[in-house]
Amino acid sequence: MNSHLLSINDLSVVEAIAILNTAEELGKISDGPMKKLPTLRGRTIVNLFFEDSTRTRISFETAAKRLSADVINFSAKGSSVSKGESLKDTAQTLQAIGADAVVIRHSASGAAQRLADSGWISAAVINAGDGTHEHPTQALLDALTIRQHFPNNGGDLSGLKIAIVGDVLHSRVARSNVLLLTKLGAQVTLIAPPTLLPVGIETWPVSYSFDLDQVLPEMDVVMMLRVQQERMSNFFFPTAREYSKSYGLTNARLACLKSTAIVMHPGPMNRGLEISSESADAKNSVVLEQVANGVLIRMAVLYTLLGGVPLQGGAETKS
Amino acid sequence: MRTLLKNAKLPNGELVDILIADRLIAQVAPSISETADRIIELNAAYVLPGLVDLHTHLREPGREDAETVATGSRSAVKGGYTAVSAMANTHPVADTAGVVEQVFRLGQEAGLCDVFPIGAVTEGLNGEKLAELGAMAESVARVRIFSDDGKCVHDPLVMRRALEYVKSFNGIIAQHAQEPRLTEGAQMNEGSVSSVLGLTGWPAIAEEAIIARDLLLAEHVQSRLHICHLTTAGGVELVRWAKSRGVQVTAEVTPHHLLLTDESVRSYDPVFKVNPPLRSERDVLALRAGLADGTIDVVATDHAPHPTEDKECEWQSAAFGMLGLETALSVVVTTMVKTGLMTWSQLADRMSISPARIAGYNEHGQEIAEGSIANLTVVDPDATYRVDRSTSESKSRNNPFHGLELQGMVTHVLFAGKLVLDNGVVNARVND
Repeated sequence: MNSHLLSINDLSVVEAIAILNTAEELGKISDGPMKKLPTLRGRTIVNLFFEDSTRTRISFETAAKRLSADVINFSAKGSSVSKGESLKDTAQTLQAIGADAVVIRHSASGAAQRLADSGWISAAVINAGDGTHEHPTQALLDALTIRQHFPNNGGDLSGLKIAIVGDVLHSRVARSNVLLLTKLGAQVTLIAPPTLLPVGIETWPVSYSFDLDQVLPEMDVVMMLRVQQERMSNFFFPTAREYSKSYGLTNARLACLKSTAIVMHPGPMNRGLEISSESADAKNSVVLEQVANGVLIRMAVLYTLLGGVPLQGGAETKS
Repeated sequence: MRTLLKNAKLPNGELVDILIADRLIAQVAPSISETADRIIELNAAYVLPGLVDLHTHLREPGREDAETVATGSRSAVKGGYTAVSAMANTHPVADTAGVVEQVFRLGQEAGLCDVFPIGAVTEGLNGEKLAELGAMAESVARVRIFSDDGKCVHDPLVMRRALEYVKSFNGIIAQHAQEPRLTEGAQMNEGSVSSVLGLTGWPAIAEEAIIARDLLLAEHVQSRLHICHLTTAGGVELVRWAKSRGVQVTAEVTPHHLLLTDESVRSYDPVFKVNPPLRSERDVLALRAGLADGTIDVVATDHAPHPTEDKECEWQSAAFGMLGLETALSVVVTTMVKTGLMTWSQLADRMSISPARIAGYNEHGQEIAEGSIANLTVVDPDATYRVDRSTSESKSRNNPFHGLELQGMVTHVLFAGKLVLDNGVVNARVND
């Protein structure tokens, strides 16, 4: 990994597994009496959020504070899109303040890379979601959650069958997960109505299907994506009811899953649309584990980018 | 004023001396020993008829922070152009005789090349009501090309009427082919790269659907249609088909679409953001083949200057467009001539003779012969150089070729006999 985390492409397999291992080691410490580590004492981490996302911001903030960093939350309401302050001016301001890392969430695809490549700022840049491009820490926390349920000696996800279901076209979660899960050896199948799969999908390292019922029984992991209400106004599908019938994780579909299969969702969920309430709360639903792992993964990423050597979890030397 | 060009190579390879007296070519012969005010030894550099651009954004009036007619003229001359066609999407829009005459006069005042205004097809480029096309045609600027470039004349009835109406003064409609509904929010070519980058796709079909419709309209009403900046393999096939049916269609390709692909967008650097977008390698190869076989008639720059702040931002909020005038010839030499796809005579046709004919610029694209207007461009065919955006004559710096090594360099330009580019240096005092 270089000095930023902009895309899963920035990580080799070894580096990705090292982050998962570091997160698990940090998890053991967090389970103990003293949750806080002194590693990043005196370092300043800015949460630069051009898009509202309380969940992701709180996760990063918690992670940074557990590593004893000073955290500044910068909610940039205006962006150059809305003719407010430009990304450049914001970046230069943060540079002048002396930020060591900038966690950026932005509605424009590529905004994190622009920030990192521009020369406007020397801080480490962590992509916390850029438009419909990527959300790498989400994919890492998903991989960690999956690995905890399906451990193997290599520390990767080889052999697992993973379905990602829903609005792949507009999903940064799906893009990062496709890159990371396949990098770690999983077989990924995307399931969506044809309107919500991007043109060019045939060049991705995945298989895809329009038929959820056919695919579900053989899956180890089923990851449901959030459906944005505004998609309905652009003819991606006729009605929420029809979407739910064809692509929602209903109670009947939940019953078709393997007994060992787990159900995932990046949140926030639309209960009754892409996932039934029973599925969301089922015993094989790992949604809250994802949230808890989110803090550990973000600690691990900050630790790796700013702190230094990876914590040893075993697999790191097996490359 | 008499200028003698020694050892000039004509596009057909013939080595000659060329004597220019005032506005005209006085003599073309194997060896001329007459005296002249200035004798330039060309050492077998090519002399081409002065280049003609059918698609230039000069930004004046309205966006003088990006470019003016004067700075755009300097940029044109640096690139070997003796005539440019100023697009209508200014502020105010060039949709009246008053605005096109203003642009025309600014060009004459700059005095470095001819600046021919293009008139808007519809008032305010809004696609709803025809602009006063006749008034612009009859104005001092004598407008013959009409375009809503930047926007597509998407209403089929408006397009039909425009095509018909301009026939009375031998006008031509230059269409920016972009189906608006299929390109809402579009940021880049739709394909494998956009799928990975999460940028909204601009599908090739959105261009081809309008081209197909307009070819049928032009055939039906027997009018002249010009397709701006063709970018897709499918578009080339459509134009080829229409020409085989005798449709009066001409088409242009930009230098950037001959060289760059959507792979460049992976950097998220908005210098590569342009409309229509950079396409795939397959499209680039089809465009080169189409230009070589004459399906595509001309190279046009779509020179689109933007101030730094309009590119120094996130991709999706950046402006569309890139510079082109100063690098166009080198890009065509590099992609078409040095690769063996086109001869120098064909280059002269695509960059001077055909565009002058399409637009009716009678003083341009003339044969290099006694009695012709001395609009001439000298090119060192073997010079290679690394593009440096900081050395541009344009006010703007949005140069997508920055850092690339290109072949073929414009060294001298004569505009109506005046040496406006001398050894690569724009000679602004030529009018004093």
